[in-house]
Amino acid sequence: MFHFSVVTNWIDELLRTYLPDGWALFIEFVLIGIAILTVYAVLALILIYVERKVCAFFQCRLGPTRVGPFGVFQSVADMIKILLKELIKINKVDPRLFRLAAYLVIIASICTFGAIPFDKGLHVVDFNVGVFYLLAISSLGVVGILLAGWSSNNKYTMIGAMRSGAQLISYELSCGLALMTIVMLSGTMQLSTIVEQQTTAWNIFRGGIPAIIAFVIYLIAGHAETNRGPFDLPEAESELTAGYHTEYSGIQFGFFYLAEYLNMFIIAAIATTLFLGGWMPLHIPGWDGFNGVMDYIPPVLWFFAKTFACVFLALWVRWTMPRLRIDQLLKLEWKVLMPISLINIILMALWIIYIDL
Amino acid sequence: MKVIDELLAQLPFAGIEQKEKTYSVSVPKDKLRETAEWLKNNPKLSFDFLTDIIGMDYTDSLGVIYYLSSTTFPSYIITLKTQTDDRETPEIDSVHDLWLSADLYEREVHDFLGITFVNNPDMRRLFLRQDWKGYPLRKDYDANPELNPIPLDNEDLNDMEDMPFTEINLEGERLEQHRKLFEEEDYVVNFGPQHPATHGVLHLRVSLDGEMIKKVDPNFGYIHRGIEKMCEAYTYPQIPHLTDRLDYLSGTISRHGFCLAVEKGLELEVPERAHYIRTIIDELTRIASHLLGWGCMAMDMGSITAFVYGMRDREKIMDIFEETCGGRLMANYSVIGGVMNDIHPNFQKKVKEFIPYMRKMLKEHHLLFTGNPIARGRMEGVGYLSKEQAISLGATGPTGRASGWSNDVRKIEPYAAYRQADFKEVLRSDGLTFDRYIIRLDEIEESLRIIEQLIDNIPGGNYAAKTKAVIKLPEGEFHQRVEGARGEFDVYINSKGDKFPYRVKFRSPCMTLVNTLKYIAVGTKVADLIMLGGSLDYVVPCIDR
Repeated sequence: MFHFSVVTNWIDELLRTYLPDGWALFIEFVLIGIAILTVYAVLALILIYVERKVCAFFQCRLGPTRVGPFGVFQSVADMIKILLKELIKINKVDPRLFRLAAYLVIIASICTFGAIPFDKGLHVVDFNVGVFYLLAISSLGVVGILLAGWSSNNKYTMIGAMRSGAQLISYELSCGLALMTIVMLSGTMQLSTIVEQQTTAWNIFRGGIPAIIAFVIYLIAGHAETNRGPFDLPEAESELTAGYHTEYSGIQFGFFYLAEYLNMFIIAAIATTLFLGGWMPLHIPGWDGFNGVMDYIPPVLWFFAKTFACVFLALWVRWTMPRLRIDQLLKLEWKVLMPISLINIILMALWIIYIDL
Repeated sequence: MKVIDELLAQLPFAGIEQKEKTYSVSVPKDKLRETAEWLKNNPKLSFDFLTDIIGMDYTDSLGVIYYLSSTTFPSYIITLKTQTDDRETPEIDSVHDLWLSADLYEREVHDFLGITFVNNPDMRRLFLRQDWKGYPLRKDYDANPELNPIPLDNEDLNDMEDMPFTEINLEGERLEQHRKLFEEEDYVVNFGPQHPATHGVLHLRVSLDGEMIKKVDPNFGYIHRGIEKMCEAYTYPQIPHLTDRLDYLSGTISRHGFCLAVEKGLELEVPERAHYIRTIIDELTRIASHLLGWGCMAMDMGSITAFVYGMRDREKIMDIFEETCGGRLMANYSVIGGVMNDIHPNFQKKVKEFIPYMRKMLKEHHLLFTGNPIARGRMEGVGYLSKEQAISLGATGPTGRASGWSNDVRKIEPYAAYRQADFKEVLRSDGLTFDRYIIRLDEIEESLRIIEQLIDNIPGGNYAAKTKAVIKLPEGEFHQRVEGARGEFDVYINSKGDKFPYRVKFRSPCMTLVNTLKYIAVGTKVADLIMLGGSLDYVVPCIDR
């Protein structure tokens, strides 16, 4: 199996032979920063293109076709457009908070993105509390959304932000509980270890019924965290025009837009890492020939294939379901998902004690 | 009819004329309120449905005509007429507490003719700006643009909130007063005039308590084109071009209604072939309109895919229209005496292909949206409209039928080829959002049945009767009701024997629907307001005539 650790280790050694340790580290930080930002932006463009094509497919349309073959450069063109757009100055906003909000949202998103293990060695920081870090940093985004709604000084954004606050904080709970179920199974919060443990069987198979329940809950709650339909209440365009980012224009709006798409990817990536074996190929115990063939596929591809499968699920749901109402949304969380998650944790404990040895 | 004759005989002061099923009752101004109450609250025969209020300028006096109908004998109409000679400060007693729909109708008459309705608590202008000078539908109206220059600043929202009203208290004193629409601490949000979910340029001012709606106040007039005023300067063959632009989604039906009214006046024998073609086109329009209504409602609830599905199927109908009528949205098809052109050779084939296609797609629509648990959860138990309320509000069409009010003009007063078709009026009883939703899909099914029966039996012969080059309607009043996609569409023509009408009035089914929103949205959530708007399926150009 080809792992990216080969490349990263080679760069590390190369730098250390010519430079003192401090400088080598500094250059590595810069390189990683650039790499992360690039991948972040490129992924966002790909996701926007994929979303438009998939959505068009669901709606019996063609989607973008003009720019480049099959319209693949459409999102690049859109990006250039959004970069060139004027940032409209709006009267009676709180300018500092207004600008800060967009940065907070994108920073939270990038920081979460950095912690995802794409491959062995293709992992920025491997905390021993990785899952905890993911949960903590990803919930920073809600502060940005609340600030955006508040500082815009607009009634629509205000309602959107308040909805968002209620929604994100509620769904954080079942999101966290679902991940905790897997942490119980793995016995660690370190993402790399969690992935390594899934060599023989992915957690969703290894954890049996409780893991499957946790997976489904995580997909629902995670989808709600991304503010996308049927949970797009904070930006419900038929009610609140564009919700919390109504007043934003140009690249500031672009930040919200990018963060929304990348959050969808991040949620899918976390689901992949914790439930679907991360970059691990599909291995079935006993089928050595099959496992061998699977090993030929590079782990990075495995990771992206699984993640995009989850993303596709999210798109499918988004383009099929109508929007929930705020009371139904909260009812779903507090009366359905939360209790099930709590019971599921007990189930997982029993599973670990009696079945998974 | 005997019951009505007996009833009207008890009004000694009234001048009564009968023409077929229409009774015209003229009463002096001070007896109006009494008569209206008598007609409404009579235990034997309650005229509980106020179809429309028409303001008239008879040059020497101003008048108001109330079109009343009873749910027990829906095909009979009473037109209650009254006049006032005072052109400076004309005042007529309000009937807003007898029929909920009178509220907006009286405001409309006040706006265009300057008649003040005493005791109506809200006498703001309905369509024009509050500071507009003059009353456009008066015959002596000065249309000089210098009097009402194009405003360069926004209308002050405070103007919209200030409600003047005139009342006569128990001591008989006449008081002119003002009231505020909202209270000081209300959190008022503007939905519109530019808003994705108002189905046009509608302005709803909504006061909120958190997510809960406390009060809704619709503001109209942002795209008002003065069609009724324009009609007074147009010849009869020209006017149908305007009726298509009222409710643009059921344009052919409104146009059909106008042509029928003129034909009634001319006593013109329309060829049977034209009747059949008009009926089929009307029903196709109804399907197209319901499909769009369905899609828009789904989109209002956040399901954009459903909207695209609706549009996709509507496209088939638009293609059929394009071939036969030339136009797609504005078909411009009916003319006085028949239809513009004969049907296209492909028409029958295409329509026959469309029927099974649409049936198949209806299943898909149900699969995609009706059965969706989120959609069901959103729609069930929200937005209750009782039958009594629906009648009092004049919420005709699918909205009224969802509340169990049988108001289909195609059944009550069959016109064109509806007598030849066997179809049933879809009725539901619960009056909830889900009923208003599902009734549209069921009506598509019924419309398909009508088309299916008529398409193979289109009789031969001329597609239009010969009319004179200059059409002059004899003196009198002509009234025609048709069933638009959103409710009853009425045309009232008052002719003085000229080639121009003296006064034309169109009943807007959508105006009463928006008024309905005011009553059913209170206590629901913001998201529900939008959904209820979708379920009522109003079209704003129909209101802003």
